[in-house]
Amino acid sequence: MSYHRAVTIEEVIAEADGVKTLRFSLRRKCLPGQFLMIWIPGIDEIPMSLSYIENPKGITVKEVGEATRALCSLRPGDRLGVRGPYGRGFSVSNGNVLCVGGGNGIATLLPAAEALKRELVDFVIGAKTETELVFVKRAKKCSNHVVISTDDGTKGFKGTAVELAAEMMDNKKYDAVLACGPEPMLIQLFNLCKKYNVDCQFSLERFMKCGIGICGSCAINGKRVCIEGPVFSRNELESLVEFGKFRRDASGARITF
Amino acid sequence: MISLQTKLKNLVLSNPTMLASGILSETSGSIIAAANSGAGAVVTKSIGSVPRMGYPNPTLIELKFGYINAMGLPNPGIDEFGKEIKDSLGCGVPIIGSIFASDEKEFAYLGKKMEEYGVAALELNLSCPHAKGYGMEIGISPEIVGKIVSKIKDEVQIPVFAKLTPNTHQLIEVAKAVEEAGGDGVVAINTVKAMSISIDFKRPILANRYGGLSGPAIKPIGIRCVYELYDALEIPIIGVGGIETWQDAVEYLMAGATALQIGSAVRKKGLGVFRSINNGLTRFLEKEGYSAINEIVGVAHELS
Repeated sequence: MSYHRAVTIEEVIAEADGVKTLRFSLRRKCLPGQFLMIWIPGIDEIPMSLSYIENPKGITVKEVGEATRALCSLRPGDRLGVRGPYGRGFSVSNGNVLCVGGGNGIATLLPAAEALKRELVDFVIGAKTETELVFVKRAKKCSNHVVISTDDGTKGFKGTAVELAAEMMDNKKYDAVLACGPEPMLIQLFNLCKKYNVDCQFSLERFMKCGIGICGSCAINGKRVCIEGPVFSRNELESLVEFGKFRRDASGARITF
Repeated sequence: MISLQTKLKNLVLSNPTMLASGILSETSGSIIAAANSGAGAVVTKSIGSVPRMGYPNPTLIELKFGYINAMGLPNPGIDEFGKEIKDSLGCGVPIIGSIFASDEKEFAYLGKKMEEYGVAALELNLSCPHAKGYGMEIGISPEIVGKIVSKIKDEVQIPVFAKLTPNTHQLIEVAKAVEEAGGDGVVAINTVKAMSISIDFKRPILANRYGGLSGPAIKPIGIRCVYELYDALEIPIIGVGGIETWQDAVEYLMAGATALQIGSAVRKKGLGVFRSINNGLTRFLEKEGYSAINEIVGVAHELS
């Protein structure tokens, strides 16, 4: 049970071009990979994964539309409506873990990585270009091995995070791959995990309305991203034939990736 | 051997529980999941002629005893929805196509399309409490409802059920209009028009301001409506509104429902709610010495 609650923004941190983290206190227990429904009165309500799960909690927002633009314009002292946390997050256990974050996806992975022993975690952080890279320092704090890829080669490896992950998996046996990022990236990474026979947990995204498992708008092959997800295991991903193929818009119409 | 089988005119259900419209029934994957979870039938999300995005969020509020939603009839449109029906038809239980429209012609058009897609019956959404020009706005007029049902009955062969709104003093008149126009049953009730205000932001929470209340809060209203309808109608009643447990289901059956729909309960109970209600019904019938569902339908009317 989680009713609407108002929270006050305590801090706004500019992370990169068009990416900000909003910190606020909320006395509800949140787990790595869970999300909140964030209400910006008069504009919209959107699901946001938590980038910090301890108080002050945080969400990291990339400006992509009206709601995220509004969130990025907020200042300390402004208020937001929240409900949640919702969903099933990462189930982290020790062993060699590779975290692969594409774009803003890294924000979702960090609370999971921070729950693990530093020496067991490796990171691949991918972005289009250097100025869009976020949380590199924070990743280095919870990992001895952080590698970076940019599509344009402005920082680190020139290419995709998946290409870099393939290299890492060639050199080391991982027990699990945790990932969050654009779905075309995730499906390639999923195929890689199958090739190397590595367990994985990916955080997926779908158009979401109710957030509590009744409207069905976020369903992938009948699995609700807001309840059974947003984090899915390798076996579950295997059964989601829509994964990597199409998502749905607000009307429920299929949109190919 | 206890039978949970129930009949709505010539539509036979292996058990009386259906997934209510708008709950997880927008996509084939969810329809199949509900069927696999023991639902006796699945009612689709309400589908219109053209795609609708619905209202902006917030579209749902969670309260102590229920939920208020104003989704705004989002749906991909009847043409696109054909894919979802096609992918769902093998699910093993009847699929009931829910449709909404602004007049009888559009209803007939949608009904024929649904029939072509292969649904087992139609449910007419005459009761959505928050969409301008649709649902309740036309569903409170016995005359308009009669026209719609009669036109559809002329055009399709499959059974036609009308989903009624409780937001009227003319519930019985509307239901009678359905019966007189040849409708095969009524579904009662849709959500109760409602609102919730954020005291922090000093404004209604839903983007649409108004929405429809569902869940345990409305069960006594649903029971009362079904009870009244049972006295007034010959055609079967499908009871819906706040059913979460087998006891709720029994109450609706005793009030006069021949079948039941379950919606919001999926939030707390998951899709397991269908099996749990059916198991409870079986145990109850056995304990009370009944052998079939229809033996308790309307029994609460006999004692007064």
